[in-house]
Amino acid sequence: MPTVFIPPALQALTGGRRSLEVEGGTVRELLDNLERAWPGLRERLAEGERLRPHVRVAVDGKISMRGLLERVGPGSEVHFVAAVSGG
Amino acid sequence: MTGEKVRVRMKVNRQSVELLCEPRQSLLECLRDILGLTGAKEGCNDGNCGACAVILDGRLVNSCLVLAVEAEGSEIITIEGLARGAELDPIQRAFLEQGAVQCGFCTPGLILATKALLDRTPDPTEGEIRRRLANHLCRCTGYDKVVRAVRQAAAERREVRA
Amino acid sequence: MSERAYRVIGSRPVRHDGADKVTGRAQFGADIRLPGLLHGHLLRSPYAHARIRRIDTRRAEALPGVLAVVTAADLPEVPDRLLELVEGTLPLSYAQANVLARRKVLYKGHAVAAVAAVNRHVAEEAASLIEVEYEPLPPVLDLLEAMREDAPLLHEDLRTREFGQPTGKLSNIAEHFRHALGDVEQGFAQAEVILEREFRTATVHQGYLEPQTATALWNQDGRVYVWTSTQGAFSAREAIAWVLDLPVSQVRVTPMEVGGAFGGKIRVYLEPVAALLSKKAGRPVKIVMPRRDVFEATGPTPATCIRVKMGARADGRITAAQIWMAYETGAFPSGQCGFGALCILAPYDIPNILIDGYDVVVNKPSTAPYRAPGATQAAFAAESVVDELAERLGLDPIEFRLKNAAREGTRRADGLKYPRIGCVEVLEAMKNHPHYRAPLEGAHRGRGVAMGYWFNIGWYSSCTISVNPDGTVNLVEGSVDLSGTRTSIAMQAAEALGLRADQVHPVVADTDSIGPTAVTGGSRTTFATGWAAWEAAQDVIRQMKERAALLWEVGPDQVEFEGGVFRAGERSLSFRELAERLEETGGPVIGRGTVNPSSAGGSFAGAIADVEVDPETGKVCLLRFTCVQDAGTAVHPGAVEGQMQGGSAQGIGWALNEEYLFDPQGVMLNSSLLDYREPTALDVPPIETLIVQAPEPDHPFGVRGVGEANIVPPPAAIANAIYRAIGVRLRRLPMKPSAVLEALWSKER
Repeated sequence: MPTVFIPPALQALTGGRRSLEVEGGTVRELLDNLERAWPGLRERLAEGERLRPHVRVAVDGKISMRGLLERVGPGSEVHFVAAVSGG
Repeated sequence: MTGEKVRVRMKVNRQSVELLCEPRQSLLECLRDILGLTGAKEGCNDGNCGACAVILDGRLVNSCLVLAVEAEGSEIITIEGLARGAELDPIQRAFLEQGAVQCGFCTPGLILATKALLDRTPDPTEGEIRRRLANHLCRCTGYDKVVRAVRQAAAERREVRA
Repeated sequence: MSERAYRVIGSRPVRHDGADKVTGRAQFGADIRLPGLLHGHLLRSPYAHARIRRIDTRRAEALPGVLAVVTAADLPEVPDRLLELVEGTLPLSYAQANVLARRKVLYKGHAVAAVAAVNRHVAEEAASLIEVEYEPLPPVLDLLEAMREDAPLLHEDLRTREFGQPTGKLSNIAEHFRHALGDVEQGFAQAEVILEREFRTATVHQGYLEPQTATALWNQDGRVYVWTSTQGAFSAREAIAWVLDLPVSQVRVTPMEVGGAFGGKIRVYLEPVAALLSKKAGRPVKIVMPRRDVFEATGPTPATCIRVKMGARADGRITAAQIWMAYETGAFPSGQCGFGALCILAPYDIPNILIDGYDVVVNKPSTAPYRAPGATQAAFAAESVVDELAERLGLDPIEFRLKNAAREGTRRADGLKYPRIGCVEVLEAMKNHPHYRAPLEGAHRGRGVAMGYWFNIGWYSSCTISVNPDGTVNLVEGSVDLSGTRTSIAMQAAEALGLRADQVHPVVADTDSIGPTAVTGGSRTTFATGWAAWEAAQDVIRQMKERAALLWEVGPDQVEFEGGVFRAGERSLSFRELAERLEETGGPVIGRGTVNPSSAGGSFAGAIADVEVDPETGKVCLLRFTCVQDAGTAVHPGAVEGQMQGGSAQGIGWALNEEYLFDPQGVMLNSSLLDYREPTALDVPPIETLIVQAPEPDHPFGVRGVGEANIVPPPAAIANAIYRAIGVRLRRLPMKPSAVLEALWSKER
């Protein structure tokens, strides 16, 4: 099962858990399944069908440009992080 | 409202020109806005960056600090006047070959400063080059490739003479 | 080292725009001339914090030669939405208020009104005739004071956000975030040496030589044309359109040559104002920012306060690091602390990490990115402590770093695992560099080292390649060229097509003429737009194979392309020979490439600095300086060296000279290039460079961006060198002569 890492600011919503194993083949499915177990988490990360503007998702160490559409493998690590770019 | 205009005659890049300007207008402003010679750049308008440098009667000046009316009767070389026909001046070529150009904004001033330096000091030391260039800010290159370009240009000019 | 042999990549052709740049022909922002062009000038606030009671523009409007006057009242009300800036997001209302102040001015130099007139002198005179009645308010200028609960508030509606969500509290703290890895309590319990230090860094400016400039024509058909000096034509288009509440396609941005930017030319400042003036006047309007306004009203990069606690075992392993970091954002909440937080420990594999970061608004100009935004301040703090730890443990500073170096699989502070990175390679190259091995003798001399990191980003880019009948190609791209990327992108197309670099003719297009392309920033351009050019070249090759197949009556998959030659069995045509036959085989060939990659791994850089300190004056003289950086694959090594040298020189200026000085009312005291001391040719030694090549795993040529990481290590490397020279650790930037002297005197006491 993929492992989802919860940002420290949102760990209050997961009873202090830092990471969770969740079923799903896409980031969207992970979020939907997470929401069932930990209500309130999804809306902090996504607005409807898109990630919130300041949020990026990383799958297996790599920031994705596809957001909720990104595919996730059975052993994937999924992180939600703040958007970063540069000068 | 525009002030009363004054007629100024000078030679720019070996051509005689005559223009009408306000007494408060700088040489830089007149070169750029009236003559359309935009190679001299406005970086600070107070003589601290060297991007507007031109050669006036053989001396390098910051054209933002010279009033156009003061240039009456003078001979001016701008960056546009350095290449002869389709040939780059060896200094211009050296800047390209050494990768001394990044954004290119300070480049006209640096190239004219190099010309002014080499016209008087054909074989400058690294210290002399850096002292001369210290009047010209360049934020992109860290100066190393610029110094190399000046050395290459100096060597080529000496070869031509020898 | 790079394993593949390339024909074009790795060579040093003269850049495509070279002749224009050395003859004065290159058209920078202010060089544009249009029929009927008017000149604009802005009136700016003399106060750092005040309410605007009343603006009376009648005397300015009455001045002969004045054609338009605008204030914030001329800006449309905009919907409540977030403008995506490169350094995060900003509510659109704030972005608009930075263009022209509404109700309140939040820094000295904040734009209040603007005039368009027949020439700049009349415009300046008219601006001085605008009457503004202010109600001055107490300015909040110090970062730590701004964070206090009883500090005057800059914004009546600003609440601290955590992971993007506002918390309940009204505050000058715009953002708080946290990264946690492992358990720092446990980590410190394992440590034999623990150090805790505080660092401060001053506000500095990107210091580009070309001031901001914008020219706009609000055409009578409703389209708005803008010519400007920007890092991103498309990001400028979006910001202009949003601030003016127009559909993006109503705006066309033509990017002019850019006279330096370094992150400071992503935001729009003058463009919407020039457009408003043009709308009123019915003629094009050009505005060139005076240098003083560049300092007082554009981009500086944040002052910071950073506390680092770090512990290590006697065997040299770092066991834990705890960071508290606060960054100023200036007047509006769009900060860089988040970037600093992710870079501060990036070179190291540390099992236990806790980072708390704060972005804080103060009455200073709204901050903007500056080359590896947020990372230089962070590295100054962390790399000073790492150096001190190495010394306490009796270890060589590079050996100590190597013992703890991040590598593929190491978790970053935010928990992500690194892909292939070049951190170890950079450290090894530093250790083996002749500079590091050379003896350094003499009194008051010392050598220091430091590491730096920048993420590098990917993001979207577009290119088209059309084939000329003479066998060359034209390459149209959306990336603004700041320092030679026309060439580094063209070289990648040339490599793919088997052409010489000079057989690819690159053009940077306006926003009507090429597909969307993100800003030239984040060290992304040679990486991402080069990748798009490679994709476009693949598209050309695919189409050309079909043409060859038609001529040879074989299937397209039987045609091979290698080294610039199409082949099927015995038959072959060079790229040029086939290019001559496009008309008869179906017409022109145009390839397109669009990409939206994310960059993997980022770029590490290291610096070695030798200094001599004059104990009489406190002046620090750099004797020798070396920059080592991982370029993945160096497309144009000369251009890579140029980036490394330029970034190093900026880092040296940041270390030793540069800072904003303010009076108690928030008025900048050194807003000229004379008093804000950027390094001159006399202030920097010849900067030596060594390019390391640990290929990026995804890019077709293994390219990593190299634009930014090089600015990060110099302040820490120089601080560490000063310590070895005179035995005192300086923990405040800049390390100017007076600071060095004070440190020496307090050591003697």
